[in-house]
Amino acid sequence: MKNNKNDKQDLGKVILNEITGEDPKSPKKKKSFWKKIEIPFLAIITGLLIGGILIGATSQSVYAGFAVSIWSGFAALGKEIGTAYFSLFTGSLGNPVTIIQALQSGNATDIRFALNPLLESLVKSTPYIFAGLACALAFRAGLFNIGVEGQLFIGAAAATYVGYAIKGLPSYIHMPLAILAGAAAGALWAIVPGLLKAWTGGHEVINCIMMNYIAYRLTTYLLTGPMTRPGGGGMPLSPMIEKSAYIPQFFQSPIRFHLGFFIALAFAVLVWWILFKTTWGLNLRTVGTNPRAAKYAGLNITKTIIVGMAMSGALAGLAGANEILAVNHSMAIGLSSGYGFDSIALALLGNSHPFGVVLAALLFGVLKNGATRMMVVSSIPIDIVTIIQALILIFIAAPAIIRAIFHLRSSKEDTAIVTLSSWGGGK
Amino acid sequence: MAPILQLKGITKQFPGILANDHIDLTLGKGEILALLGENGAGKTTLMNILYGLYQPDEGEILVNGEKVTIHSPTDAITSGIGMVHQHFMLIPVFTVTENVMLGSEPVKAGDFLDRKKTAQKINEISKQYNLEVNPDDYVKDLPVGVQQRVEIIKLLYRNAEILIFDEPTAVLTPQEADELFNIMRELTKQGKSIIFITHKLREVLEISNRIMVIRRGKVVGEADPKTADNKKLAEMMVGREVNLVVEKDIKKPGDVVLSVEDLVVADQFKNLVIDHISLDVHAGQILGVAGVQGNGQTELVEVVTGLHKAVSGKIAFKGKDITNCSPRVITEAGTAHVPEDRQADGLVLPFTVAENLVLCSYYQEPYAHGVVLQYDKILENAEKMIKDFDIRTPSPFVSVGTLSGGNQQKVIIARELSRPIELLVASQPTRGLDVGSIEYIHKRIVQKRDEGCAVLLISPELDEIIELSDRIAVMFRGKIIATVNADEVSKETLGLLMAGIIPEKGEIASKTEKVVEATF
Repeated sequence: MKNNKNDKQDLGKVILNEITGEDPKSPKKKKSFWKKIEIPFLAIITGLLIGGILIGATSQSVYAGFAVSIWSGFAALGKEIGTAYFSLFTGSLGNPVTIIQALQSGNATDIRFALNPLLESLVKSTPYIFAGLACALAFRAGLFNIGVEGQLFIGAAAATYVGYAIKGLPSYIHMPLAILAGAAAGALWAIVPGLLKAWTGGHEVINCIMMNYIAYRLTTYLLTGPMTRPGGGGMPLSPMIEKSAYIPQFFQSPIRFHLGFFIALAFAVLVWWILFKTTWGLNLRTVGTNPRAAKYAGLNITKTIIVGMAMSGALAGLAGANEILAVNHSMAIGLSSGYGFDSIALALLGNSHPFGVVLAALLFGVLKNGATRMMVVSSIPIDIVTIIQALILIFIAAPAIIRAIFHLRSSKEDTAIVTLSSWGGGK
Repeated sequence: MAPILQLKGITKQFPGILANDHIDLTLGKGEILALLGENGAGKTTLMNILYGLYQPDEGEILVNGEKVTIHSPTDAITSGIGMVHQHFMLIPVFTVTENVMLGSEPVKAGDFLDRKKTAQKINEISKQYNLEVNPDDYVKDLPVGVQQRVEIIKLLYRNAEILIFDEPTAVLTPQEADELFNIMRELTKQGKSIIFITHKLREVLEISNRIMVIRRGKVVGEADPKTADNKKLAEMMVGREVNLVVEKDIKKPGDVVLSVEDLVVADQFKNLVIDHISLDVHAGQILGVAGVQGNGQTELVEVVTGLHKAVSGKIAFKGKDITNCSPRVITEAGTAHVPEDRQADGLVLPFTVAENLVLCSYYQEPYAHGVVLQYDKILENAEKMIKDFDIRTPSPFVSVGTLSGGNQQKVIIARELSRPIELLVASQPTRGLDVGSIEYIHKRIVQKRDEGCAVLLISPELDEIIELSDRIAVMFRGKIIATVNADEVSKETLGLLMAGIIPEKGEIASKTEKVVEATF
């Protein structure tokens, strides 16, 4: 893009401005920036605090401590919460001591292993980024794509098939082809509810949920039937994909950090560019914000809805393809741990902005990765992290709670999250 | 005796704006006080404070000399204050009785509704104040004027002493408005007090006992309707000299630009809303379509602009058939549309002023190369439009929803009139706007006509139609019942036509070229 005045500014500032939706030329930038992030920020803090209380409440040693005296009770509580969050932190970002020692030793393997928790968090974030982008893009177009999960499964199945059935291609053709197959399959799956909405006014939420069920059963059938692994004993498992279809990992096993993470970031930029810099994006956002004005302005609403669903579905399909091609290398039934449903939360958390979604996905990846470590070290159930995630989302979805807790005044231009335009909007 | 209502130093601050600045107001018993002001002057805020929807930052409200605090409409009713809203708060599928008793239902023998008692009371009220209405009619079957009476009865049923009328004539024919004025006089004669909010100067002079003018949140003065005149009041409202009469030369109309032949349109429930109408609009001519709202004008505009499908008939633009073409095809052919509801149709409120200014052309050069938007060009255009059309906005980047109604309308006018067009379809272009904005928009429309553009103007405001139009078509129940030259018809005749009454055929026929026969 020529003549773009933003080119000269430093990238970080531009991204911040984009996330907060602020124009750099706007006069009241600073105050607004805090206004925009205060709710998510305070929601995360509050979620972690309440999570801490829950950790204490579920810990035997805390009760034992309070049985002795109130002080030892509090001491035990502090110790429990400290251990839990410290292991959450080291499990997801790395132990600073180990990292420093590894750096001092200068041993490449040690350094890689010390940084592995951080890299693993990025691996865990990758499908979240794709799925979150899928949902955010649909929100912007006024569509509630609750079918990301189904589209993800279908995308994964298509990528798997291309991955193992086509042989003898060079990697630079095979891998993009498999990725593309995943995106295309996801898009096709999403077009169905898109068409139903555009033609009959059938609500996409209902139809997406139905498409999810069909996707689950279809993949089970495929994995036990046509796509089952020879000699797999009828287990729902696909053959291993060809090496040439792998999305390359950067380091040797067990470090799984792979190119997919950067592909996801590239797609975040692409989605941002499409949404905010192209006529397609303006079409989508106009239909999503005010369908009547879109009709008045001469937009083809039917076409826009279908295109919006297809793009969203393609991103969902990419989430599935990424998991197969970069991480699992074969498809099993337990492919997704609900990425599709978490994607709604991610879009919400990121205010349906691609860069906000990336940040939200990183948070989810970190929490998910750290939770495993937390469970091993302090025997705190992994579900606590799910609860913390849920709390954060509740606080973001119902900002009045946070405002009440922290005595914030509601801003006049409240961040009206774009999810609701789909409900009752009909066509 | 203390005045029935007294407001002392009412102040209300909104972020960035002082909506009411120490307003003092006194309303005597049996008085009609007209509250006059531009949109955004603070009339509505003041009335919402009085009606309990807002709390004032400062100041106090006294009813009958006693201080009251009003936290909700229920409190307002308890204090004897009632409001007739511009948009009626009635449930169409309920009867008059049910609507009136809603919220304070009398019961008998446990929890059974006592409809009879309410109906009886309604009859008493309607007899007392000459408010003719049948308690058993369904509201949906009643004409607008009668629905308004139901609203008034609702307040009297709740023993309101102070009645606030918010722009009550906006939805009425001139005849219905006269009837309303009679009712208002009757009410005051029997001791009720009225605050009448409006921006129509003629009505203020006709009905009120006293006029209070508000500008930018402050009382700028009072006037006596016996001595004041239109011009003086308009100047008080706007704060500068206003030209109320649109200057317009006689112009010979050119070729037919828009031709509608035998058009039939049905609404979504398959009811006939446009019933075989034909009309022509010539280059350099403004054709005004008069009529009470809801007689098919909205659908006429929607069909001409491609937003609604016609059942049969033909619409041609410069000889080319555009019947049932898509809005984009019609726009690109060289037409512009100022929609009736600017917030629902004309603008995307959360989008910036700059984006809204290219809403109909952003996909074309120079605003887009291929699919890539050229924001520098969009911005350049916005800055030019803001200057040329005097749009008051802090910057092109603010969302258009934060602008005042008049400036929102200017964004639409700027976008539509700045394109090379040969037909302008303007539907209620000044709805809800203040005198200053109306003056400006009228000037722009006439300027477009002088440049040779054909204009189809739809408005329920008779004054606007008469002032702007070269020819006037009157719509009633989906038909055009008369087409007349604007300088040959009286306001009274038009008023009767709007109500569906064709005056003595000879009188009108001699003045017009063509009267479309209508059957009722």
